[in-house]
Amino acid sequence: MESRFRVFLLITAFALLASPALVPMASAADEKPAEKTEQKAGDNPVNEVIQQDPVIQPEVKRREVKQADVDTENFEIGVFAGLLSIEDFGTNPVYGVSLDYHVTEDLFIQGRLGYSEAGTTSFERLGGGVTLLGDREYIYYDVALGYNLLPGEAFITRNTTYNTSLYLIAGAGNTEFAGDNFFTIVWGGGYAVTASDWFALHMDFRDHMFDIDITGEDKTSHNLEASLNITFYF
Amino acid sequence: MRKCFISLFLLVSSLSVSPLSNADEPEEHFVKVADPYIEMHTGAGRGYPIFYVAARGEWVQLLYRKTDWFRVKTEDGKEGWVSAAQLSMTLNPSGQRVDIRDPNEKDFVVRDWEYGASIGDFEGLSVISFYGGYHFTENISNEIIISQASGTVSSKTVLSLLNIIHEPFPEWTVSPFFTLGTGWIRTEPKSTLAVTRDRTDQYANYGLGVRMHLTKRFLLRVEYKNYVIFTSRDDNEEIAEWKAGFGFFF
Repeated sequence: MESRFRVFLLITAFALLASPALVPMASAADEKPAEKTEQKAGDNPVNEVIQQDPVIQPEVKRREVKQADVDTENFEIGVFAGLLSIEDFGTNPVYGVSLDYHVTEDLFIQGRLGYSEAGTTSFERLGGGVTLLGDREYIYYDVALGYNLLPGEAFITRNTTYNTSLYLIAGAGNTEFAGDNFFTIVWGGGYAVTASDWFALHMDFRDHMFDIDITGEDKTSHNLEASLNITFYF
Repeated sequence: MRKCFISLFLLVSSLSVSPLSNADEPEEHFVKVADPYIEMHTGAGRGYPIFYVAARGEWVQLLYRKTDWFRVKTEDGKEGWVSAAQLSMTLNPSGQRVDIRDPNEKDFVVRDWEYGASIGDFEGLSVISFYGGYHFTENISNEIIISQASGTVSSKTVLSLLNIIHEPFPEWTVSPFFTLGTGWIRTEPKSTLAVTRDRTDQYANYGLGVRMHLTKRFLLRVEYKNYVIFTSRDDNEEIAEWKAGFGFFF
């Protein structure tokens, strides 16, 4: 029904537009311009059509493409697991979550939250029943600025190529360890392989530095972390 | 016959109206290449090789955006990355330039939400601080701040829910602001020291600082704050804090 109606309208419109004789009638008040129009229209009806406002609006709604409509995928959320070498307290599993915000193709901001548990010192192991720490939780969070130093591609097989990036990060955060809070400087780097449109694999190496006096002397402890991070773009 | 007639009409009318009236109309997020060509890269970065060029008149579909790059799909199914600069030369279905605009100073002035992190010095302690703010007007905003300061003797956690900020000249590139706030500060002595009790006190502070729009959604921020802590002792404690950091706005 609708299409029949449409066809009728289209035919009418076409007839209106195509018949040049009807056009001057619209502006019959002035004869000279009417004659001119008639002549011009007679020469080239297509031109006349262009000059007119469209008699029928197109049925399809115009869809404006605006930046806001297109999905942005500048955030990357991830879970990671790895090993953390806590100075004086052995190497222990660490796991946590990460959130990245990509500002430009080069720069990003990365936030991380990680959890580990300290092992025992050699003093504790050999001392027999001596415990240095009551609270062995190691919880850290930090915010770092990242820079994609070497973006590139990895050719896994002849026909499989993944985009990669070698990046550097530096930032600051807080570490809660042995019941105390420590202001922590974090720096390091990583290698990311974008496996598909929506997820990537990262290998990260980081150093968490903070001042601590728990073993009887004031020192800057370096806590090295190596982790694998699976991230999702959204 | 009817089809013929309709297509004839459409052909004529398409000259006067938009290309949308074409029989195979484009779907959402389609744009038409108006430059002689646009270059499609294999990755979202300037160095990735160009593997295909879409010629003038071709329709491409915008899939999503990552920083300054758009993932596009051509009519024959090729997918690649096109820079925003090139894409701004394409036309949308109504024949106008595609509106690809990044947040600029004007958006910065009328921003609603702002989030960020900063680091600095809190009367000898190193401090890291996170904030989130809402702008009621261009000049007035409130911020929620949580800070963690730690040093060799104690660590302090600061929480403020009320931190009114007045920015008299929001349109300036480097825009000064004044702040008044109140909150709680929790002091925990280091566990390696003799056991003293943790304590929580209320504080009030005033401060001043500057914000600077860097690029897109990104801003820099430097500030000074003076805290008066209402302790249970006879004297109030005063603390000066310096911080620098970055934020982004939405």
